[in-house]
This record gives sequence, C-alpha cells and structure tokens, in this order.
Amino acid sequence: MINQLQSLGRISIDTCTSIGRSGLFLTQVLFRKPRIRRSFPLLIRELYSVGILSLPIILVAALFIGMVVALQGHNTLAKFGADAQMGQLLALSVVRELGPVVTALLFAGRAGSALTAEIGLMKTTEQLASMEMMAVDPLWRIVAPRFWAGFISMPILALIFNAVAIYGGSWVAIDWLGVTSGTFWSNMQAAVGFRVDIVSGIIKSLVFGLVIIWTAVYQGYDCVPTAEGMSRATTRTVVYASLMVLGLDFILTAMMLGDW
Amino acid sequence: MLANNLSEEFLTVTESLVRIRNLTFYRGNRPIYDNLDLEVQRGKITAVMGPSGTGKTTLLRLIGGQLRPHQGQIEINGRNVPTLKQAELYEIRRNIGMLFQNSGLFTNLTVFENVAFPLREHTRLPEAMIRDLVLMKLQAVGLRGARELMPSELSGGMARRVALARAIALDPQLIMYDEPLTGQDPIAKGVILQLIKRLNDALGLTSILVSHDVAEALSIADYVYIVSDGKVIGEGTPDEIRHNTTSAIQQFIQGLPDGTVPFHYPAKNYAEDLL
Repeated sequence: MINQLQSLGRISIDTCTSIGRSGLFLTQVLFRKPRIRRSFPLLIRELYSVGILSLPIILVAALFIGMVVALQGHNTLAKFGADAQMGQLLALSVVRELGPVVTALLFAGRAGSALTAEIGLMKTTEQLASMEMMAVDPLWRIVAPRFWAGFISMPILALIFNAVAIYGGSWVAIDWLGVTSGTFWSNMQAAVGFRVDIVSGIIKSLVFGLVIIWTAVYQGYDCVPTAEGMSRATTRTVVYASLMVLGLDFILTAMMLGDW
Repeated sequence: MLANNLSEEFLTVTESLVRIRNLTFYRGNRPIYDNLDLEVQRGKITAVMGPSGTGKTTLLRLIGGQLRPHQGQIEINGRNVPTLKQAELYEIRRNIGMLFQNSGLFTNLTVFENVAFPLREHTRLPEAMIRDLVLMKLQAVGLRGARELMPSELSGGMARRVALARAIALDPQLIMYDEPLTGQDPIAKGVILQLIKRLNDALGLTSILVSHDVAEALSIADYVYIVSDGKVIGEGTPDEIRHNTTSAIQQFIQGLPDGTVPFHYPAKNYAEDLL
C-alpha cells in the first residue's frame, strides 16, 4: 500500500516537474530578444521543411477525406431525399472539424515526429552542446525557428486542407453522384458563416499548431541522448500531441458552440 | 562594453588560466566530485586522466558552464563561471574551444560551413575574409582539400580534425579536448596528438586534455592530474606520474586488471550466490 502510494506520488511529482519544465522552455522560446535580420533566413528554411514538405501528405489526405465524406453523406442524405444539402454537410464537416483536426494529426505525425527526431539527434550527437560551447544559444538558433515555422504553417495547411477536401467532395458529389452544381455550391455558401465556421476552424488550427510544435521541440530538446531515448521522445510527441489535439478539440468545440 | 571588459580580463596574464576550488558535483545522489581542487597553467597542456566513469567529461562541462556545481568555484581568469549570467558566460565561451568526443559537427553543413559557423555567428567579416580564415584553419589540420565534403563522408579521425579546426576558428585562449583519441587508429592518433601539441605551442593556447590513453596523453602533456572517485589521486609532470608509487596510479598507468579499482563489481559472496 505504502509502495503504491509512493509510486503514485513519484509519478505525480515527475509529471508536474515535466509540465513545469516544458512551460519554462516555452517561455524561453517565446520571449527571446528578436534578431530579425539573422532569424528570418532560418525561419524561411524551416517553413520549407516543416510546412512545404508536409504539403503532399496534407493534399492527398484532404482529397480522399473530402471524397469519402461526400460519398458517405450522399448515401445517408439520399435516404431522406436531402441530397441537395450535400454542400452544406461537406463544408461544415470539413471547415469546423475535419480540416483542423485531421491536419493536426497528420502534422503531428509528419512534421512533429521529424522535428523531435532531428533535435533529439542533434542532442545525442553533441551538436547542441557544441553550439552552446561556441556561445550560440540553441534555443535561438535551432528551436525558435522550428517553433515559429510550425506555428505559422499549421493554420495555412489547415486552410489548404479545407479547400482541397471541398474540391474532392464536390468532384464526387457533382461529377459522379449527379448533385446539381448550383444547389451544391449555393447551399454551401448559405450555410457556412465566416466568423462562426471559418474563423473557428482557424483558431482551432492555431491552438493545435501551438500544442503540436511545443510538444515536438520540447520532447526533442529534453530527450535522453541515446537511441532509445530518441525513439521514446518521437513516440511521445506523436501520442501526446494527438491526444491533446483531440481533447482540446472537444473543449474548443464546446466553447464555440456555446456562448462564444 | 561588457565584451570589451571581458576580453581585457581574459588577456590579463596570471599563472593559472583555470582554477577549480572545492568542487562538489552530484548526479542524483551519486557524488561525481567531492571537494576537487585543480589548476590549469597558462600556455600548458594539462591532461586529466582517470578510469572510465569518473566524470572527466563532466569536468569539462563544468568548466564550460554547461553544468553547475553544487558547491565550489570554477574560475577562468578569475571569473567564477557558475555565477555568471548567460551573456557573460557566452562572452567567456568565445575564448574557449571545445572538441567533443563525437566531434559535434553539424551534419547538415559541409566541412567548410562547419568551420565558418562560429565566424559567421560572432563576427561581421566579409565573406572573402571568412573564406580565407576557414581555409587557413583547415590547412592547419590538413583538410583544406576536404572542404566540400559532408560530415557523413569523413572518417572518425578526419571528423575530429574538422571539429578541431572549428574549435580554433575564433582563436580561443583555452581549448578543451574530450577523449580526442578514443576509437582512432594509430595513424589518426598520431595526427591528432601532433596537432594538439603543435596548435598549443604555435598559437599559444592553453589546453585541457581529457583522456584515458595513458602513453599518448603522457607523451604530450606538461602536467597531469589523475582523478578517481571524485578526487585527485595523483598529480605532477608526466615523469613524476610514471614514477609515482601509489598503487591506484600504478594500476591505472600499467593497465592492471585488478587492484585499487577492483575487477569485480561489488557483490555478495560468490559461493553463497551459487548455492
């Protein structure tokens, strides 16, 4: 009994310590003296590797998800003679939920894990330590550009996801299943509100982006510098980030559908 | 202003460049150093030797300010490293080069870019001058022709030489070598030893060499500390160390498998364990 209590206490203390350390880490990354002239080229390079290189997986996933939603939606709506509402169903599903959430999950799996592995490997091979000894702060040189690149990329990727998924869905609905084009687009236009739906989706993707990129860079920077430590850190990034995205999605949705 | 003050202080001539007093450092509950005293004379090669796991690398990280001791002073030119703020620490580090055991080369940069890295970060020199400086440093380590190679294309010995060129890029006063000979073939060992000695003498550096390659380290060191169980168990010139009669030092120097450092890890009685 005492041993179990001790274990529980140890786990609680370790968890609190870890949360505190990651909070301090985030503060150190966010509140740095800006060095715009030096930082800008680094940011551009990271925007390419974090954002542009994530595009293919986002585009392909968005296309297929849009097509599947259209197929499933048509199958159900047709039973009630409501297949004219296809555009509305597709747009609201994608813009409010699927866009931000699926993009976030893919982003965590592709860019998040890559960032953790990259920073973790730099730590394991003493690249971060040698940078420190050269009087160059790795938080500024390595972590901050990746953090900001991820934070900027995520909402843009989510918007691209939305557009491509709607395009894929419209292709299935209009060209394949025969829904009238005018009905499809006009219902969609009437149903989707800019503030309620699109801005909500953007806010979600910003929050998800922050959580994913924070988890990814922290896990890489804090990993045990061994092969096993890196492997664990990479797994933790994907698991923690995905679960946090899903949990936060529920909280944000509840807030947005409520009084917000 | 701060930079000027620190640079001036760094140039102040005192006998010891690094002075460690009553250093105590723990990893968890395990003491790594217990009231350690050590001095590094200016312009000399000081070797710090000892069995694996005694914290020799930790000592370099403590001197470089990457770790903070639980107690004691680590002074570089009279400035106590553990009490420095980050900006002051970084200013001091510009005068310190460090060669890591894994070389620590940036794997996404070429040899040239690796050596140019500290120059680009800390100076505003024109690109032509950076190029000349990098080629001079690479020439010093014999790798001018390898400037376009990536770190993955280098052998272990070459990678250390590139890391050495990078470590001396800003012409530091102090250079710290962490196990530079580990895993090297005899030719690479000879090259690295010769470079350490030559650079120290030619550039007027002060070097701290952490190693457990006894013969090689004794061949170039001016002064030697042997560290074990968190304490200095012997010190002196290489000759004094060779002729030291302390059993722990002789065991280490001669590589004897059993002695003060036992062959067997502490365990209960063998017969009891088998029955």
